[in-house]
Amino acid sequence: MNDMTPEAGKATETDVIIIGAGPIGLFAVFELGLLDLKCHLVDILDRPGGQCTELYPEKPIYDIPGIPIVTGQELTDRLLEQIKPFHAQFHFSEMAAGLTKLSDGRWKLSTDAGTELIAPVVVIAAGGGSFVPKRPPIPGIEGYESKSVFYAVRKIEEFRGKNILIAGGGDSALDWTLNLAPVAEKLTLVHHRDGFRAAQQSVNRMHELVKEGKVVFHVASVKALHGNDGALEAVTLSGADKKEWRHETNAFLPFFGLTIKLGPIGDFGLNLHENLIPVDTAKFESSTPGIFAIGDINTYPGKLKLILSGFHEAALMAQAAFRICKPTEKLRFQYTTSSSSLQKKLGVA
Amino acid sequence: MKIIARDRKGREHIIEGNDGWTVMEALRDAGLPITAECGGACACATCHVYVEDGWYEKLRAPSPEETDMLDMALAVEPNSRLSCQILCTDQTDGIKVTLALE
Repeated sequence: MNDMTPEAGKATETDVIIIGAGPIGLFAVFELGLLDLKCHLVDILDRPGGQCTELYPEKPIYDIPGIPIVTGQELTDRLLEQIKPFHAQFHFSEMAAGLTKLSDGRWKLSTDAGTELIAPVVVIAAGGGSFVPKRPPIPGIEGYESKSVFYAVRKIEEFRGKNILIAGGGDSALDWTLNLAPVAEKLTLVHHRDGFRAAQQSVNRMHELVKEGKVVFHVASVKALHGNDGALEAVTLSGADKKEWRHETNAFLPFFGLTIKLGPIGDFGLNLHENLIPVDTAKFESSTPGIFAIGDINTYPGKLKLILSGFHEAALMAQAAFRICKPTEKLRFQYTTSSSSLQKKLGVA
Repeated sequence: MKIIARDRKGREHIIEGNDGWTVMEALRDAGLPITAECGGACACATCHVYVEDGWYEKLRAPSPEETDMLDMALAVEPNSRLSCQILCTDQTDGIKVTLALE
């Protein structure tokens, strides 16, 4: 560990900061761990696995070497088991928001939750970027966001007495319909069809609430917003027959799942090519020394967006990271099959 | 086979679809801005297209999995499909699609 610098403040110091806890970020913990490098991982999602667990937890993957078939969730679980000996620190539900260089050459990463991490090496394993809520293509919706349009519910109490409109047909839309109905003055759910991909139990309960007159359901979609200064007064709804009508509401919650946006990484001052980070293929380092990029977020001649390529990139990155973190130590290349010191680190010796 | 694809600016592109590819793959291969985040696993709804001019009815009906995933798409219309679930075949030669808004 380096000496404390005044700028460090209350920040946590570590060897390597990894942005992204998908399969590649997780495997990077393993490769870095074998070299005695400690890691902190930051991920905007509330659990590890990235796209593997967010997009296709149940889908089989057939091209992981040595594992003929594995689901996104199983692969994540196995990687977590593999890196267990290295005690990585996870910061979930936090977005990597800012990256600055300190006078001693190390990097300080701050998250939107106020966490500050300092390390000589930053590894960006962020896939396509951050998972963020999908924004419906309704003109002017940005102006209402976090005032009367919300993509998440932080406190149910904030919605007490409101005339709520929820749009969507997945679990989030249904769950929040059930949870907010008791506090709302009025709650209306709209979806483009009379069918839902949510848990059947939630759908049944919603239909009960409709019968009891506590929830109104329309097959419709939101076409326009009406209000002033971010204060929503009404929306234009369009039904299955394209007939449009005005619907009064002062809180609109669209739930259409998540999409991937590059997000603040685009403002880190890194060299970017079409939202990807160009790297060399010996170290997978960006053009900014000490900042590495592995997995789907990087680009180089011949790049393939495959999990197995990311694993290879993590191994080579770790070698280069070691030289930055421990410049006076000699790097000893060893195999886990024969090295008793590696086996001790893995807890198997 | 040919695909007639209208982009979000309303421009029409006539692109080649190889037999056995999906329409999403053909759109992506032609350089059209289709996100297809999950890579064709019917798991993300970011390859959403509108199937135009009577072609919707000619396609095999969407699977329950696709219908469910379309719930996560924005601005869904009765002719909405996920382009990763439409195969390029002789039967779809000349299919007309419009890319949905992102």
